Amino acid sequence: MTAPPPPGSPRTRPKARREEWAGPLMALPAIAGLVLFVALPFAMAIGLSLFNVRLDSFRPPEFFALEQYRRILVSSEFSGDFYRALGNNVLFAAVIVPVQVTAALGLALLLNRPLRGMPVFRTFFFMPVVFPMALIATVWRLIFDPGPDGMLNSVLGLATFGLFSPHDWLGEASTAMPSIMLLSLWQGVGLQMVIILAGLQGIPGQLYEAAEVDGAGRWQRFRAVTLPGLRNTLVFVALVTTILSFRLFDQVYILTRGGPDGATSTVMHLAVTTAFAESNVGRAAAMTVVLFVVVLCLTLLQRRLVTQEREIS
Amino acid sequence: MTVLADRPTVSGRTRVSHPGPGRRLRPLVRSGLDHLLMGTVTLLFASPILYMFIGSLKPDDQVLDGLSGFVPRDLSLDNYADVFATFDDPSTGFFLNFFGTSVIVTGVVVLGGLVVNSMAAYALARLRWRGRDAVLILVLALLVLPFEAIAVPLFYLLNDFRNTMAVQSVPLIANAFSIFLFYSFFLKLPKEIEEAGRLDGAGPWRIFVRIIVPMSKPVFATVAILSFLTQWGMFLWPVLMVSDPSVRPLPLAISVYQGQPPFAWGDIMAFGVMMVLPMLLVFLVFQRWFVRSVASTGLKG
Repeated sequence: MTAPPPPGSPRTRPKARREEWAGPLMALPAIAGLVLFVALPFAMAIGLSLFNVRLDSFRPPEFFALEQYRRILVSSEFSGDFYRALGNNVLFAAVIVPVQVTAALGLALLLNRPLRGMPVFRTFFFMPVVFPMALIATVWRLIFDPGPDGMLNSVLGLATFGLFSPHDWLGEASTAMPSIMLLSLWQGVGLQMVIILAGLQGIPGQLYEAAEVDGAGRWQRFRAVTLPGLRNTLVFVALVTTILSFRLFDQVYILTRGGPDGATSTVMHLAVTTAFAESNVGRAAAMTVVLFVVVLCLTLLQRRLVTQEREIS
Repeated sequence: MTVLADRPTVSGRTRVSHPGPGRRLRPLVRSGLDHLLMGTVTLLFASPILYMFIGSLKPDDQVLDGLSGFVPRDLSLDNYADVFATFDDPSTGFFLNFFGTSVIVTGVVVLGGLVVNSMAAYALARLRWRGRDAVLILVLALLVLPFEAIAVPLFYLLNDFRNTMAVQSVPLIANAFSIFLFYSFFLKLPKEIEEAGRLDGAGPWRIFVRIIVPMSKPVFATVAILSFLTQWGMFLWPVLMVSDPSVRPLPLAISVYQGQPPFAWGDIMAFGVMMVLPMLLVFLVFQRWFVRSVASTGLKG
């Protein structure tokens, strides 16, 4: 390598200056976009949540301090709906995270074997991931149709030799949320599966060989080699799924509109209805700020769990 | 494809420690059972998709018909023609309007995003300039913000631009996550690249376009695929911003369509097939990239 020219020499100066300018110029379009359409709206979310802003009113917004938060978190008028929605998000996460991660792990283990035709199977397991949720919800509306011709009712009727009487899956409070969960599981599990599959391929084969030499059986190898090797992947997948659970919107909006009687209402759905149908932007903003706080805590928790692992190993 | 699926693991190897009469038969039975299991699981995943495809070719009243919805009978392409016939005036919108809106909005977000975000990432990863570290921290901080957390104020902020293609695309071009993906990739490229370029008298722009971009195809593919996937299915934002059928994207259009009686289910399924077909084709052709992108980043949206 040649020796660097002396600093300040006429040959390098223009270039250094070029770089000094090129950097900010190249970053400008994206950073301007992020500031204008992400950072500013987020600051506005906090700002709006402190005001009584309505879309349908010509009165200037009135400063509300923490009144919106008091309303959604404490007041008897609105907090019921909000906690119902937040509770549904929590319920969704509490069911979908363990079930989906376990299912994804199972599918990944099934695929991670030398069997003919694996790429074909993987294609099918992953395929729902590329479908827009709006379309999936539409197709599943036929599956959950309340009449005897609904796919699920028809299959269950056939399997029980007609003993099963048609059920209104989406129309009854007790089954509406589980139905939403089922179609979300079907759509999302392929995503977690390929992440876990990549994690499985990252576990060194020697570890399995060593365990086998030590006389470890299938189950023991799974407990002693596979699970510890996947720890970070599983933590990551579980937390991403949790965060996605708090963003739940599309399928609820299309299939149930939060009903019946709030059984499938979610924070995002409530926020959109509040902003849109009730034109109450201030209260909707307060809801999304609470949502953000939840997501932030989950993200920080994930970073903590994953770094801890790195420190240990 | 082989990367993910075909690598044999020790746990999967056939065990040879069981001598006896079943010795030869056993692997055969096992592989048979195995395929049966895999086939059943595949059926669970494929059946709603199959149902949609078959339904799109059947008369409307034979789609919502229990298990016989799967029976391919009286097949025709009538439903596809019906979709175009149903959406035939400005009050309903035209199918090609929906499709065109989705293509244009997705195209602008994906292509614009590739250009703008890769440039920013290059400046952050490989150029030295005042304020760089502060900008980097801003980008990393914005990573935590899901779109849902800003949708409501963004809707308020851009209320005057409702019902345009611009409002559906421009705010989504710059993306902290895309910048982060490019940034991590550019950071790992060897330092000598720029030095060689500089000796030839090339400035940062030329080094970026001529050397860095051609070297970084994998990360461009990953970002393109992930943003295509997110954007083609984007629903929340159009729900908030679009009511005019002439700029209604496909996901919003199908949600309106399936919510208005009378329900011509065959037509609705045909609409669905046409909506997902571009995505499905890209997926089947670039499957390896799809799976790898998603697996490497683990995030959709």
